Amino acid sequence: MTVVVETGGALTYVGRYDREDDQGVHLLDVGVHDAGSGAPKESYIERSSRYGVRAEHRHLTVGANEVVRITQLGRWEPTLPR
Amino acid sequence: MPYNPALVAPMRAEVTRLGARELTTAAEVDAALGDQRGTMLVFVNSVCGCAAGNARPALTQALKHSVVPQNVVTVFAGQDLDAVARARQYFGEYQPSSPSMALFRDGEVVHFVHRHQIEGRPPQAIAGDLTAAFDRFCGAAV
Repeated sequence: MTVVVETGGALTYVGRYDREDDQGVHLLDVGVHDAGSGAPKESYIERSSRYGVRAEHRHLTVGANEVVRITQLGRWEPTLPR
Repeated sequence: MPYNPALVAPMRAEVTRLGARELTTAAEVDAALGDQRGTMLVFVNSVCGCAAGNARPALTQALKHSVVPQNVVTVFAGQDLDAVARARQYFGEYQPSSPSMALFRDGEVVHFVHRHQIEGRPPQAIAGDLTAAFDRFCGAAV
């Protein structure tokens, strides 16, 4: 399952969900968006949905304490639920 | 490393029996995709579960539609490595994923179904998306 992992910081990850454990969420074939780059996160995710994920990491773990939301890529919406 | 050919043979057959022509070399891909006219669907087959449970059943349903591409070809990811790599060169800015499907019209990708649009979705939904694209891009009036 390809998911969007949003964090409390500047980084958002898009990749295939592998597993979750004490270390965090393990993803495969992962693309990363850095809010500090200036490009909107929404555009990055919409582009990933349309053109596919440009994988920068074969495997990446997002720390459990960093994760704010995990959403299936095709169901991602820009606003966090209240 | 490619999978055991005996293992993937039934997976290939599930697609070729629908009339898809299998492309196993880069030269075959160039012959099929280079200088195209008309419409063509490229099905990137795979050994993964979502190919078996979702993508191939969806393709089977979609190709029963009244409007279909003029040609259907297939390459097998993880097996025919050169053919898949060459096919992906024709996909332009669409990122590699498998299984996936690319609909071409006159040499341009006009619709693409990624793995993330296949996994976790019922074959009927994927087939519905495909047939909508067939209607839009493969009909006689386009």
